[in-house]
Amino acid sequence: MIFNIDFETLPREALAAIQLKRLKATLEKVYATVPFYKNKFDEAGFSPSGLKTLADLERVPFTTKQDLRDNYPYGMFAVPMANVVRIHASSGTTGSPTVVGYTARDIETWAELMARALSAGGAGRRDIIHNAYGYGLFTGGLGVHYGAEKLGASVIPVSGGNTKRQIVIMKDFGPTILTATPSYTLHLAEVAKEMGVSFKDLSFKFGIFGAEPWSENMRGELEEALNIKAVDIYGLSEVMGPGVAIECYEAQNGLHIFEDHFIPEIIDPVTGKALPYGETGELVFTSITKEAFPVIRYRTRDITSLSTEPCICGRTHVRMKRVSGRSDDMLIIRGVNVFPSQIESVLMKTEEVEPHYQLVVDRVDNLDTLTVKVEVSESLFSDEIKILQGLEAKLSHDIKEYLGVSAKVKLVEPKSIARSEGKAVRVIDNRKI
Amino acid sequence: MKVTQISIFLENTGGRIAEATSILAKADINIRAMSLADTTDFGVLRLIVSDVDKAETALKAQGFTVGKTNVVAVQVEDKPGGLNAILQILAQADINVEYIYALLKEGHNAVMIFRFDNTDNALKVLEANNIKIFKGEDVYSF
Repeated sequence: MIFNIDFETLPREALAAIQLKRLKATLEKVYATVPFYKNKFDEAGFSPSGLKTLADLERVPFTTKQDLRDNYPYGMFAVPMANVVRIHASSGTTGSPTVVGYTARDIETWAELMARALSAGGAGRRDIIHNAYGYGLFTGGLGVHYGAEKLGASVIPVSGGNTKRQIVIMKDFGPTILTATPSYTLHLAEVAKEMGVSFKDLSFKFGIFGAEPWSENMRGELEEALNIKAVDIYGLSEVMGPGVAIECYEAQNGLHIFEDHFIPEIIDPVTGKALPYGETGELVFTSITKEAFPVIRYRTRDITSLSTEPCICGRTHVRMKRVSGRSDDMLIIRGVNVFPSQIESVLMKTEEVEPHYQLVVDRVDNLDTLTVKVEVSESLFSDEIKILQGLEAKLSHDIKEYLGVSAKVKLVEPKSIARSEGKAVRVIDNRKI
Repeated sequence: MKVTQISIFLENTGGRIAEATSILAKADINIRAMSLADTTDFGVLRLIVSDVDKAETALKAQGFTVGKTNVVAVQVEDKPGGLNAILQILAQADINVEYIYALLKEGHNAVMIFRFDNTDNALKVLEANNIKIFKGEDVYSF
C-alpha cells in the first residue's frame, strides 16, 4: 500500500516544481541562519537568489562529514535550541561525533517518511512490528518507532540485544514485521534454532533491513531462514535517519528516495562533477524540508546509481540501487562506523606500538568480527608472555573504549603484514557482502 | 654474574621455530639451552647461545624481533629436593621467579636458568646462601 498516494505518485514535472520551490527556501534559510553555509556560499560566489533551476544546484558547494565535525556540536543547526525537540548523534568515532537536531515539525516529517517506508516494505495498521534496531542516540530505533506509530501499526520497542528474550517475545507476541540490521537478524535466526524455535512457525511476513551493507545473497539467506520477504531500507542520521529511501516489496528492485523531501545527486567522487541518471558514483543529498538540521549537497560516500524508470508499485520517486561500496575507507562493523585512522590513533596512544597494523574483518556466525593485527616492534617486545598478553588486552580495551567496537588484538611478527608499494595494506574485509 | 638470554617473537605458524634454528645453524651458533612459552596466537622462544651478539645480528637480519634479557644460571644438585632447596631460599627472601628452564648437566649437578623480576636482589640472596652461580662465559661454552 502507498501511505501518501498524493506525494508518492506525483508526476515527475510536478515533483520537480515542488523541489525547486523547497530548495530555494532551504538555501535562503541556511544562508541567513547558519554561518558555515553563508561563508561557504560566499567563498564559492553562490547566492541563493541566483538559483533559477534545479540544475543550478551543481553550483552549490558540497558539505562533508568533516564539516559537520568541525561545527560540533550545534554549529550546523538552523534554528534556536528552543525549537529543537530531539537530538541524535552518530556513535563510534574518536573525533567529535556528528550531532543532529530535529524540530517538532522535523519529527513529524520523519515519522511520515518512515510510515511511508514501512508501508512500502509491506506493513499496515494491522501489523505488529518487532523493532530490534537500537534505541538511543542511534537514529534506527526511534526513527522506526515513530513511523510505526504514525502508520497505526503496533510497535514492540524491543531494541537490540538480549537475544533469547527477543525470541520468546517473537513467539508469544506474534509480530508480523521485523525491523533490524541484517546481521543481527541472522544471529536471531541462529539463537532461535538453538532454542528449538522455527521461524516458519512464527507470524512474520516481512523484514525491513538496513543500517549496514548487505547483499542479494544475504537477502536469499534471510528470506530462506526466516520464511519472509526481506526489504532493503536506507537512511543516515546526517540526512534524517532511517526512511530516506526504501525498496517496495512489489518490485524489490532499487530503493525509492522520497524526493519531495530530499534531492539526490550522483557525483564523480574524484572530480565532484554531477553525473547523469544511470551512472554509478557517490550519492549526495540535499534536504529541502528539514528545519533544525538542513544539509546541503551532503556527500554520503556511499556508491550507487539512480534510475527514474517507472516502477510497478506506482511510485514515481527515483530509485537508487543497493549501495555497493564506499568512496572512502570507512568500515561498518556491527552497525558502528570505523575508520582505520581511528584505530591507528588508538595504537599511537600506546607509545610502544609502531603503526604497522592491519584490520581484518570477518563474519563469523553472522556477526561481524574485527581483528587488529599489530606488528611487534623491538621496543614493545618482552621475553615475558604476561606482558605481551597484557599489551593485547590493553589495546583491545582502548579500541572498545574509544570506538565502541569489540576487537581482538593480535600481535604478529615484523614485516608479516603485506605491503603494497611500500604501504601496508590496512584493511582486509573477508565478509561476503 | 648475569647471563644474557636472547628471546624471539614467533607467530604460531608451522615451521617458524625451524626457520630460527636454521639461521643459527648457518651462523655456526650453538644453542646451549632453550625454552618455548606459547599462547594460542604467538610464542616466545628463549635461548642461551654460544655467541649472543652474533646470534642477535643474524636473527635481526632475517627480520625477527629479538630481545635480550639478564637471567641467572644456578647450580642445582641433581638429587631429590635439589631444586626445592633453592626455591625455598628464594621464597623466604620474597624473590619472585618469572620462569625457569634447564640448561645441562655438569657432573653431579644440573644447571638451571632463572628469570627473576629483580635480578640483583636474587643474586645477593643466592650468593649469601652459597649457591653456585655461573658466569656468562662459562654458560655460553662449557
